[in-house]
Amino acid sequence: MKKFYENVLGGRSGSIGIIILSILLFAILPLALDAFRLNLVGKYLTYAFVAVGLVLLWGNSGVLSLGQGIFFGLGGYCMAMFLKLEASSVENTKIQSTPGIPDFMDWNQLTHLPAMWVPFKHFPFALLAVVLVPALVALIVGAAMFKRRVGGVYFAVITQALALILSLGIDGNQGLTGGRNGITDLRTLLGWDIRTQTAQYVLYFTCCALLIGAILVSRLVLSTRMGRLLLAMKDKEDRVRFSGYDVASFKVFVFCLAAAMSGVGGALFVLQVGFISPSLVGIVPSIEMVIFAAMGGKHSLLGAVYGTLLVNTGKSLFSENFPQLWLFAMGGLFIAVVMLFPDGLAGIYESVRTRFFSKGTKEKATDKVPAVNAAASVALAETGGKS
Amino acid sequence: MQFPNAILAEYTFSEIKSIFVMQGFAGLSLFSVLLLMALGLAIIFGQMGVVNLAHGEFMALGAYMVYLCSQITADHFPAFQPYYFILAIGVAFVVAALLGAFVEWSMIRFLYKRPLDTLLATWGLSLIMQQAFRSIFGAREVTPTLPEWLMGSFKPTETIDIPINGVFVMGLSLLLTLGIYIFMFRSRTGLHMRATVQNRTMSGAVGINTGLVDRFTFAMGCGIAGVAGAAFTTIGSTGPDSGSRYIVDTFLVVVFGGAGSMLGTIVSSFGIAQAQSVSEFFLEGTMGKVATLMAIVVILMFRPQGLFPSKVRS
Amino acid sequence: MSETDYLLAIEELTVSFDGFKAVDSLNLYIDRNELRVIIGPNGAGKTTVLDLICGKTKATGGSIKFKNRELLGMAEHKIVHSGVGRKFQTPSIYENLTVFENLELSHPVGHSVFGTLTFRRTPEVISRIESVAESVYLKELLEVEGAFLSHGQKQWLEIGMLLMQDPELLMLDEPVAGMSPAEREQTAELLKKICENRSILIIEHDMEFVSRIAHKVTVLHLGKILAEGTMAEIQANERVQDVYLGH
Repeated sequence: MKKFYENVLGGRSGSIGIIILSILLFAILPLALDAFRLNLVGKYLTYAFVAVGLVLLWGNSGVLSLGQGIFFGLGGYCMAMFLKLEASSVENTKIQSTPGIPDFMDWNQLTHLPAMWVPFKHFPFALLAVVLVPALVALIVGAAMFKRRVGGVYFAVITQALALILSLGIDGNQGLTGGRNGITDLRTLLGWDIRTQTAQYVLYFTCCALLIGAILVSRLVLSTRMGRLLLAMKDKEDRVRFSGYDVASFKVFVFCLAAAMSGVGGALFVLQVGFISPSLVGIVPSIEMVIFAAMGGKHSLLGAVYGTLLVNTGKSLFSENFPQLWLFAMGGLFIAVVMLFPDGLAGIYESVRTRFFSKGTKEKATDKVPAVNAAASVALAETGGKS
Repeated sequence: MQFPNAILAEYTFSEIKSIFVMQGFAGLSLFSVLLLMALGLAIIFGQMGVVNLAHGEFMALGAYMVYLCSQITADHFPAFQPYYFILAIGVAFVVAALLGAFVEWSMIRFLYKRPLDTLLATWGLSLIMQQAFRSIFGAREVTPTLPEWLMGSFKPTETIDIPINGVFVMGLSLLLTLGIYIFMFRSRTGLHMRATVQNRTMSGAVGINTGLVDRFTFAMGCGIAGVAGAAFTTIGSTGPDSGSRYIVDTFLVVVFGGAGSMLGTIVSSFGIAQAQSVSEFFLEGTMGKVATLMAIVVILMFRPQGLFPSKVRS
Repeated sequence: MSETDYLLAIEELTVSFDGFKAVDSLNLYIDRNELRVIIGPNGAGKTTVLDLICGKTKATGGSIKFKNRELLGMAEHKIVHSGVGRKFQTPSIYENLTVFENLELSHPVGHSVFGTLTFRRTPEVISRIESVAESVYLKELLEVEGAFLSHGQKQWLEIGMLLMQDPELLMLDEPVAGMSPAEREQTAELLKKICENRSILIIEHDMEFVSRIAHKVTVLHLGKILAEGTMAEIQANERVQDVYLGH
């Protein structure tokens, strides 16, 4: 039990953080916001899954992926395919030339369901696919690149290219994927109408629970030897290799884990928002998800959630009131986070905390995981930041 | 997605030859634009290790400058109309280079040891520039009035149609490539640039002002992008997001050619441009681009150092 | 290829970089429990030999046999697993982890992905770390972050990390560079002690240090062996004096 407390909940400071976040997500926001806005928050929280993955991948392992939209999208499309098939029952589509297949396929003169779609008639398969398809793609891409020692900037640019490839591929195959408009008009999940307000609440709470779960799983991983290894790898990859570790396999593991989390986020997005399209898969959304993580502080799991909420709320506010200014603000945000506060919100929080609330006990790097993150982030802030 | 064989069967052999030639020339225009973009980027990335995701926006800046020159000439100096274009290219270079120098001074020089952060910061810059274009020039695409001598085409045979602007752009690219080569490898400033990149401390110790050299190098890379933009106006219209359309391609070109090798950049941009334009003809629209990109990525996974890697002992 | 009793048998080893032969048909044999020092002018190929053994650089010819197993072509981490440990010229420790964590990461158990997730800090592990820390004079500094150690202490930590792996061949590249005379003495004592259970291959320039510890000395010049023998023999060798030691 103590192990769980220390490693997963993160000791005293970690537990407090989780509790505060939980109160915010489960109590404060549902009470303070109307159903519409709460649904928006739910949407933002699905992006947070990607940001949490990036904290593992980028903040802790030093691997920057500019293509996490790929995995978010894959998870989303898997869920959307199931939901679309359910919504395209013969009864619902009886006015089509070919009833029983999704509307966009009918418009493209398809006469039967493509082979790729058939397994998605079954919920267990779709559920598994949400997690496994992104992980499998990450496995292939990661193994190919990390084994060849492709890293740093090269890796980032290639992930960007892959995001572009996937979004163009989806876009150009309307018959198969719904094309640019994506997959829309989703109605029920196993007979349960997901468009009602009750359903939206249920989905919101499910999303929060899974997000907290993702954070706890990440904490657990980081508290093991692998956590220390990833930090070492970020610092001195060669030395880790000569200590007898196959560096590539660890990068692949973290990449797959981050991909799986992003996939879950994508699926929850589809359930809450009701559609998916290539606009969530390509270069722009992928790099935006990086800024969510960076805003929160790329070393901080909790920060990832706050960063995502903050940036997206800002985006909504700007878009409603000063649409011309939003891109300026976003661009400025990218630059500011990189140059002025590289440890994001978490870094600011840490420096405020140590300045005003430090109790004189030095944070031991051997103990709690959040303390490792804190010490690392403070140390990094002091040394001017490293990529 | 139709299979290529079905399409091929529709044309006669001589028609196919003509298609290849014409696509070849279409590919050459694309090649020129990619080459100019890639050269600028190769200088910045290959030489300095700096990743400039806003490079496409510098290209767009060049294009917009040409448009601006075109408008000014039309409004105030109509007699000058046939001649303004060459001057506009110069303007594009200078404006892009100046902005590049400013960006280096205010932002890039703090990030030299942090390549991943440079990625993010320059992405932010690209957003700002895109919005600036949108606010100043409007969201719709614009085209400068091209001079008469750029319009039209050669017709060596019945079925082959070679556009003059394509030839012009290609000529400009090759000229510029040659110019860059001479500058980098035969001039004193070029020597300083290469020295600074290879050994900064020593260069400083022998009296080279490495800070200025860095600024100059970055500015030059951006200036070349500006010229690419000017060239681009002859083959397409310019909008706020025109730059982002080519940025990924350009990076792949540089990485595929082997960052740091000029020959690699040239060969790579040629190969990729041709591959893309031929495949675009046979596969529907964007799928041609997808196929080319996929091929490049797969090849890069097997040979990440590119075609002409630099043989430096680590 | 020939069977050998030697711990490490290097035969006809060659590596050329774009035509330049950094190591040229080198033959070198190391016994068990031997402390061999390699000396020679800069550019002689000393560090390259270590790079070739531990897999950092790929050879273009020849063979390296360790306990009769061919090392050329093996992946770096596999070479480590077979019992070769390498210390780099500039101290290469994990700056943002403590001494304890640095040593712990070098513990040979649990190196796979699954292994690192399930690795437990058992009492055996802890006592092993503590005893290694003691032998490298860092017992008092277990909780200090690597970044805050002095240069000499970082060298010792790196040696400690290698000792955790319990290698049969320990390779050190200029272990006392930048150390004070007192630290050098401590290092000499340390190396003599750990040599009891393994072989050590050292590159060094400090002749006084070398004469204190070496069983046998090999002089490298232009990628080939110039001379080999005890320190006294080497110091008396005229060719070695011409090329390296001075008269």
